[in-house]
Amino acid sequence: MKTSIKTLLAGIALLAPLSAPAFAETLRWASSGDVISYDPNAQVDSFTQSVHHMVFDPLVRRNKELKLEPALATSWEVVEPTRWRFKLRQGVKFHEGQAFNADDVVATIQRQIDPGARNRENLSTVVGVEKVDEYTVDLILRAPYPLLLNDLAAIYIMSKPWMAEHDALKPGNASTGVVTYASNHANGTGAFKLKAYEPDSRSVFEVNKDWWDKPQHNLDEVEFRPIASDATRVAALLSGEVDMIAPVPLQDVDRIAATDGLKVVENPSLRTIFFVFSYRPELHATPGQPNPLRDVRVRQALWHAIDGKTIQKRLMRGKSRTAGMLVAPAVTGYDEDIDVPLPYDVAKAKALLAEAGYPDGFKTGLACPNDRYIADEQICLAVASMWAQIGVQANVNVESKTTYFPRTDKGEFDVYLLGWASLPPMDGFSPLQALLATNDGTFGGSNADGLSNPDIDKLAYAAAGELDETKRVETLKEAFRITHDQVLYLPLHQQPVAWAMSSKVDMPQFPDEYVRPWFAQIKK
Amino acid sequence: MIRLFSVRLLQAILVMVAVTAIAFVMFRFVGDPVASMVREGATQAEKDAVRVALGLDKPVAMQFANFVGQVLTGDLGTSYRYQQPVTTLLLSRLPATLELVIVATVLALSLGIPLGVLCALKPNAFLSRLTQSATLVGISMPTFVTGLLLILIFAVNLRWLPSSGRGDLVDIGLWETGFLSLSGLKSLILPSITLALFQLTLIMRLVRSEMIDVLSSDYIRFAFARGLPRPYIYGRLALRNALMPVVTVTGLQIGQLIAFAIVTETVFQWPGMGLLFTNAVGYPDVPVLAAYLLFVGFLFVMINMIVDILYTFIDPRLRTR
Repeated sequence: MKTSIKTLLAGIALLAPLSAPAFAETLRWASSGDVISYDPNAQVDSFTQSVHHMVFDPLVRRNKELKLEPALATSWEVVEPTRWRFKLRQGVKFHEGQAFNADDVVATIQRQIDPGARNRENLSTVVGVEKVDEYTVDLILRAPYPLLLNDLAAIYIMSKPWMAEHDALKPGNASTGVVTYASNHANGTGAFKLKAYEPDSRSVFEVNKDWWDKPQHNLDEVEFRPIASDATRVAALLSGEVDMIAPVPLQDVDRIAATDGLKVVENPSLRTIFFVFSYRPELHATPGQPNPLRDVRVRQALWHAIDGKTIQKRLMRGKSRTAGMLVAPAVTGYDEDIDVPLPYDVAKAKALLAEAGYPDGFKTGLACPNDRYIADEQICLAVASMWAQIGVQANVNVESKTTYFPRTDKGEFDVYLLGWASLPPMDGFSPLQALLATNDGTFGGSNADGLSNPDIDKLAYAAAGELDETKRVETLKEAFRITHDQVLYLPLHQQPVAWAMSSKVDMPQFPDEYVRPWFAQIKK
Repeated sequence: MIRLFSVRLLQAILVMVAVTAIAFVMFRFVGDPVASMVREGATQAEKDAVRVALGLDKPVAMQFANFVGQVLTGDLGTSYRYQQPVTTLLLSRLPATLELVIVATVLALSLGIPLGVLCALKPNAFLSRLTQSATLVGISMPTFVTGLLLILIFAVNLRWLPSSGRGDLVDIGLWETGFLSLSGLKSLILPSITLALFQLTLIMRLVRSEMIDVLSSDYIRFAFARGLPRPYIYGRLALRNALMPVVTVTGLQIGQLIAFAIVTETVFQWPGMGLLFTNAVGYPDVPVLAAYLLFVGFLFVMINMIVDILYTFIDPRLRTR
């Protein structure tokens, strides 16, 4: 290792004058996957959307603290509960020179709510858009909806004349086989212009000198390279071919951190990992017998039996954040009074089980993916042995995400591991609506296991249309309080996000795992 | 001759039908793409809509009929992930894979044959012994280990060559080639060595044993007795006959390389068909997976036919049958 560090340093010394002429600062970074398409409406992949944000601006965007702030819209007002009026920024130009105005917003929103748009549901409450004047547009909603701005932060504004010229006013779609010019090209108003896109090889961006905002970065060019193989991605960083990799394979974190000239940045992400319980009359593990998980005391016992500290220390290498609720601190609706896990207490767990009529425990299935979350398989095995201490026999079932998630959707598991990031809205309404509310066709889309709590449903529907933010947040918290008291789900932790970069790169890390090069600085 | 072709063709068609059926059945079991196609908070209605749009709600028999119908009209469907016709996707990735395979094959042949001959003629020379033991390592080391080892030495420690990608490409009309730029050529070196290593070993060992075999046959001994020049005997008489199986193996190996460059392409992030396939597995992008399997099946059928035809040219005895 000594020689390699020496050669590494020698290499840096040799390369430095060559690769960094005084005027051009290039940030080269690599990730494990590529963007799926440059068409904002052709996918629901959050990584792809994060890369799009370099090229496109939304009407409102997230700042360095992840709070919403004006972007292409300068102000807005609620004219009627179902009609929002947006004033647009003047003097903005697209990369190819077109001037930005209300027509672009109208065309973008129409494209977004087109039935063929893959991510149509990211703006599901908007049913129409009207141009008021050159720099004013109205969005028409189906019903009063408090999270419109959160949704709009993920809607990227495209140029109408550009789309018309390239026959791309309709979004690309796999089901109908529509491919558009916009799949491989991009013309936005963002901080960087897409210069070249070679699928599975690289995307090259150059700085947009005419950007309407004052840049907080000092980059001239950004080169993004997807490198699927973990080892190769690390090698590319070690050899100086890239300046940053995200994510870092966990087994390499210590090694990279110990290498001169490189650093690792690691923080808990928004993604909360938790166990889902089946609320069906019977468990798959014990057909013909009543489901013990329907008893709140049993669920409490299972939580008391989990040693969160050990999981945090041993499996997550001290980098996770042990959690007591389904959302992370950055998400609206979070409350630190609720975010308290039940303490590890085997005696109490046993007592609760006995009280519920299971003094000798019971049998259940326990399912985990092995390629989706950090240490997912190990978590399941560890929890199974912790539960064994209170007599609960968990039959662990581990499989790949491609077969695992279809099975969770069909309710084929008794207890299983799931992660939830509450993205893109970053709001507690996301888990409330999808996980906690009863599955009735509109709500409860990811609640396939029969969870149904009338109090929660009432709160979910109340929060959905509540425009008073204080009241709405209180409603969310109330729902999370019930979730905690009833142990409707069993939260474990927020898993960490780890990036590694050259020590001359200064790149802030965000819990939503977006790489935001428009906040990056490279030291000269 | 015509009978030979028609029998071969019929066999080929049967094989392709079987592959189609297997491709279809297999990918019903790799998982459900709907989960990776909808957003995090998707409602049941959204998921159902995607399922209907993809035709996954229909009975399996009907899905299979649709699939066969599509394949027969040459339409391999649209990728779930990239939203592009699968045929376009495969064709756009073909140049990268072909360039890699061509270089690897040339490398394997141009080194494998001479080394094999050398080992056969001078089995006790130092170079022969070295080659023999080196190839043992080559044949027993898994591709990804070779690849990562080369990356560690030449990219991380020495920093001579890039660890991944294709470098700068030059558009020559039909495709984008890496042959015409310095970084493109440099990028080719490590992956092509990785890919060639196993094939090289195989060819070298094959040539060696065939040569030893041929050299001990009667007609070579008579040739020596006649006093014919040695280069003529080794090159013209012996090697030509020893090359028969090499043609077969090389043919099949090229198929192997194109179809199963998957590991090398993944390790080096080589944007060819293999990488496309690995990315499709995790999604799962069923149309891409099925098309890839069909393509590989087709490739092997074609290669086998071509090899059979080549035989008749190399070996006159087969022509009369």
